Amino acid sequence: MSDDTDGQLRRILADVLGLKAEHVAAFDAETGLFGHLPELDSMSVAGLLTEMEDRLGFIIDDDEIDGELLETYGSLLAFAEVKRAAAG
Amino acid sequence: MIASWPCPASHGDTASEFAQVFDSDRAHRLLIIPALFDEANRLRRLTVEVMRRLNLAGIDSFLPDLPGCNESLQPLEQLSLADWQGAMVAAARHFRATHVLAIRGGALVVPQSLPGWRYAPVNGATILRQMLRMRILASREAGRDETQGSLLEAGLAEGLELAGYRLAPAMIATLQDATPPQSSQSIIGQDMIGGSPLWLRAEPDEDREQADALAAVLAMGITL
Repeated sequence: MSDDTDGQLRRILADVLGLKAEHVAAFDAETGLFGHLPELDSMSVAGLLTEMEDRLGFIIDDDEIDGELLETYGSLLAFAEVKRAAAG
Repeated sequence: MIASWPCPASHGDTASEFAQVFDSDRAHRLLIIPALFDEANRLRRLTVEVMRRLNLAGIDSFLPDLPGCNESLQPLEQLSLADWQGAMVAAARHFRATHVLAIRGGALVVPQSLPGWRYAPVNGATILRQMLRMRILASREAGRDETQGSLLEAGLAEGLELAGYRLAPAMIATLQDATPPQSSQSIIGQDMIGGSPLWLRAEPDEDREQADALAAVLAMGITL
């Protein structure tokens, strides 16, 4: 399941931010997202979260959205994996 | 080319609305229902590129403004999805459409009597959630704390501005429950078009290959 979430999350980032698949494939856990990727601004954050909900099958509460969530690829993936496990 | 068409308005009046058209009085005539709200801006370029290709393939096409959006002078803050549905039926009649393409949320207001397609149809609740989230994130940057629950409650009572659109209580209420109606219109998924969905991009973009693919699906379906 975790590999699946990883692959889907990379695809979502590529789709929402208009990034090339090779660029997104090179992300590791330490890769910075918000504040590091010029494509990821506050407008695209809304699209990113909604797309994660639709494709990964969970709902993100308003109070779960904070600076740390989008700090690195690793933190976003960890969040998605926990949410998916909880959604069962 | 820009054409105008008579659109039903409140109190039995008629409002004049605009449409982008390629009209050479040909037998095949496709009405295109645009995506809703900010998605319409991100998909406008793709939509018009598809119309250009259909024109070269011998097919007329018509892209009407939804009342209250784009060039329309009707007050969006007094309209609901039902008004848009009525408007699109009127546009289909005025332009003598033989087929219809509904894009994204356009599928929520598509005339069901016409044969045609829905490109990546979406539920009203998804559109609403996305716009609420954009507003919540923008408010948070400005130091104001808002929640989906409190915004919805206020919106259903007094209306709400989301993504620059002033939505009536009736618009919010109808969006919350709207799903694309059952019909024989075919669904075109992004997998048939290739590339990544342009409505997801924060900035409007274009993609020639996607326009080619979408126009090919439509042209084959209409002329065969």
